[in-house]
Amino acid sequence: MTTPPLEVRGLTKSFGSTLALDRLDLSVERGEVHGFLGPNGAGKSTAIRVLLGLLRKDSGEVSLLGGDPWTDAARLHRRLAYVPGDVDLWPNLTGGEVIDLLGRLRGGVDPTRRDELVALFQLDPTKRGRSYSKGNRQKVALVAALAADVELLLLDEPTSGLDPIMESAFQQCVQDFRARGGTVLLSSHILAEVEQLCDRVSIIRNGRCVETGSLGELRHLTRTSVTVELAGPPRGLEQLEGVYDLVVDGHRARFDIDTALLDPALAALVAVGVRSLTTQPPTLEELFLRHYGDRIESEA
Amino acid sequence: MTSLAAATTGWTLLLRTFMRRDRWQLLWWSVGLSALFVSQAVSVDGLYTSQADFDRAAATMEGNTAFIAMAGPARALNTTGGQVMWQAGAVGAVAIGLMAMLLVGRHTRAEEERGREELVRATAVGRCATLAAAAVTALAAVVVAGLLTGAGLVAYGLSFADSIATGAGLALCGAFFTGSALVAAQLASTTRGTYGLAGAVIGLAYGLRAVGDVGSPALSWLSPIGWYQAMHPYSGLRWWPALLLVVGALLATVLAVALFLRRDLGSGVLAARPGPAVASPALRSGFALAWRLQRASVLAWSGGILLGGLAYGSIGDDAGDLVGDSALTEDIFGAAAGDLVDGFFAVSLVMLALIATGFALSSMGRPRGQEEDGHAELTLSTGVSRLRWLGGQVAVCVLGTVLVVAAAGVGLAGGYAMVTGDLGAFERLTLPMLAMVAPVLVTVGVALLLYGVAPGAQSAAWLVLVLGVVVLMFGEVFRMPGWLRGLSPYEHLALAPAEPFRVLPFVALLAVAVALSLVGAFAFSRRDIR
Ligand SMILES: Nc1ncnc2c1ncn2[C@@H]1O[C@H](COP(=O)(O)OP(=O)(O)OP(=O)(O)O)[C@@H](O)[C@H]1O
Ligand SMILES: [Mg+2]
Repeated sequence: MTTPPLEVRGLTKSFGSTLALDRLDLSVERGEVHGFLGPNGAGKSTAIRVLLGLLRKDSGEVSLLGGDPWTDAARLHRRLAYVPGDVDLWPNLTGGEVIDLLGRLRGGVDPTRRDELVALFQLDPTKRGRSYSKGNRQKVALVAALAADVELLLLDEPTSGLDPIMESAFQQCVQDFRARGGTVLLSSHILAEVEQLCDRVSIIRNGRCVETGSLGELRHLTRTSVTVELAGPPRGLEQLEGVYDLVVDGHRARFDIDTALLDPALAALVAVGVRSLTTQPPTLEELFLRHYGDRIESEA
Repeated sequence: MTSLAAATTGWTLLLRTFMRRDRWQLLWWSVGLSALFVSQAVSVDGLYTSQADFDRAAATMEGNTAFIAMAGPARALNTTGGQVMWQAGAVGAVAIGLMAMLLVGRHTRAEEERGREELVRATAVGRCATLAAAAVTALAAVVVAGLLTGAGLVAYGLSFADSIATGAGLALCGAFFTGSALVAAQLASTTRGTYGLAGAVIGLAYGLRAVGDVGSPALSWLSPIGWYQAMHPYSGLRWWPALLLVVGALLATVLAVALFLRRDLGSGVLAARPGPAVASPALRSGFALAWRLQRASVLAWSGGILLGGLAYGSIGDDAGDLVGDSALTEDIFGAAAGDLVDGFFAVSLVMLALIATGFALSSMGRPRGQEEDGHAELTLSTGVSRLRWLGGQVAVCVLGTVLVVAAAGVGLAGGYAMVTGDLGAFERLTLPMLAMVAPVLVTVGVALLLYGVAPGAQSAAWLVLVLGVVVLMFGEVFRMPGWLRGLSPYEHLALAPAEPFRVLPFVALLAVAVALSLVGAFAFSRRDIR
């Protein structure tokens, strides 16, 4: 029906000899919180800055809220808000002034909502730029973005430096924003945050998208650990495809299995008779370590 | 003793780092200060051909209250040495104070504010290591500047003891202001606040001695610059006032250390003043933001250049006596204008325009600073387009330039009208000064062009200003070829006040400025934002 709020096809961007984005694909659906993950230097910030029209793409297609962010930046920006990962504020403006200013430049602030957010994030709006701590500078940018009446949030590591209470306030705000129909692109290294908030994630490495899908789907691509106690000695497990690290100890067995190939393995176990069974789904960390790490070896 | 050693562990390592970071800055400041003094000697000796001529000029200067207020007590003004100390002493003391302030501020409070001091403090360095290294860096700088100055004056051929005293007194002023800047860095909790306080101390020192020298000598004794001048180099040298500077510098440093030990990392003794919790309704556009960020500097420059204009203007019709009648004088002041007074004001107009260019270029450097600090990114992620954002900054720069130039013109004419009672000066001097907006904006255009095309090379625009200064000072003296002089945008307007205003060069200069700006803006709209 409608075009997705954010669509990137084959985006390439290089800085001199550094290839920062290498035919990147990314698509964010309306109303979802989309996690944007990848190791340091993968190109996340670069992609977001191209999406904002701050950087000029070398080639590829970029569509933002149905428009071209390079030619139409200012008009499109009224419909989105951005939080950079490393916020530096004007030294002689107070936090409150910055929030109001950014809101007005975007087309207006709702003072009630602004005050609610200032209270929620326990921000002192009367301090001036550099006298804020890192976390508080981040909060100023967050409040400015969350107070805006927009349909898209571009968040580049927005919670770096926030304490756990503020982190949970942030998560609440993002969930409310989604409930109102908003769309979010969230670049983050905080896996718990990603797990809490994201409907889908894209993982990029060396400027390319290496995986995209819901967390469930991604989990599906990794291994589950299984510990099982059987009625008799296990049979036929070692021949099964997708079974790794099998350890047999009498009637007991422990092994890892590709989550997608769980069915035949369970059938083999049931054939012997299952006394007890525990499975452990892959943790998010395992998921990411695999995506961030494994292929580096295979590529090397 | 062991505790002192522990508190300053690692300071030599930091000192080496600071010195490496600052070595060029240090060199330029020192060479510049030394040149300030030596060039006075050169110009005085070039200006007056006979002692009678010199005596006449000295008598005029002694009688001019504005000069006394600006420079200091009139002593032995009919000697080269006396002139050097008089013309360069107070200005040099202010300059070395600023150098010390910037060095101290940048290594202490600025590092704390940026959070880098925390990193350093977390390593195996003592608590006071940064403070010690910053103080020693600044002291080394003032000593080098003092040495170069003394040596330069000796090399020029002035009396040895007096020249050394001139350099030493200058260095001690620097040491005093190092101490006061160290105190300021403990009191204020921000870098701006530190510079504000330390700058105020320097300004107060200058102001006290100005008032003191004009009428109430006791006040001069409250000022470190007054103590320096009380050493009377080249006019009956005495060393004991230097002791006041030494004691003052020591006391300030001790106070700074005491305050430092009492406060927490990152905080100041004076708590930062809270500001407004909401923005004023006017703060709602790129232009309003740019004005908000620059208004203090626009006002400060306007005020400063107004005073400068007053000083030039108050020379009035004495200009003829003052500048002597050597061939050099003819070259600099009388070249095309014929009449010496007119020639003097023609040069003053360009001089003030060059000073105003200092404002204009620093203002046009703001967008780049905003971009480097990530402020541009924040602003441009809102509904402000690139061209509007840049346009706002350029508008403030142009507006500020007009204000600063107008202040210079009003000051110049006001000063002249004050001493001569001739109100026609406002027409004869203020209007031609306003025309100088055009060459200043050409320089701005160059800066804008560079900002769009090659932001990393933007500071090269200052070369236009340097060229303007060189052509003004040496164009005639060295008989520079016409094309070279023509490269300076300041050389094209009619030579006011002698010649009537000509429209063509004015409009042509503005057109060049606009063309340069348009190319710069176009390039900016198509390049990456850092
Ligand atoms: N302005 C620039 N000039 C040159 N190289 C750049 C520039 N900006 C980014 N790069 C390079 O592009 C690559 C991608 O950087 P980017 O900042 O997008 O990574 P990132 O995924 O955001 O990393 P992180 O998780 O650390 O924030 C890096 O190799 C970086 O060095
Ligand atoms: Mg990044």
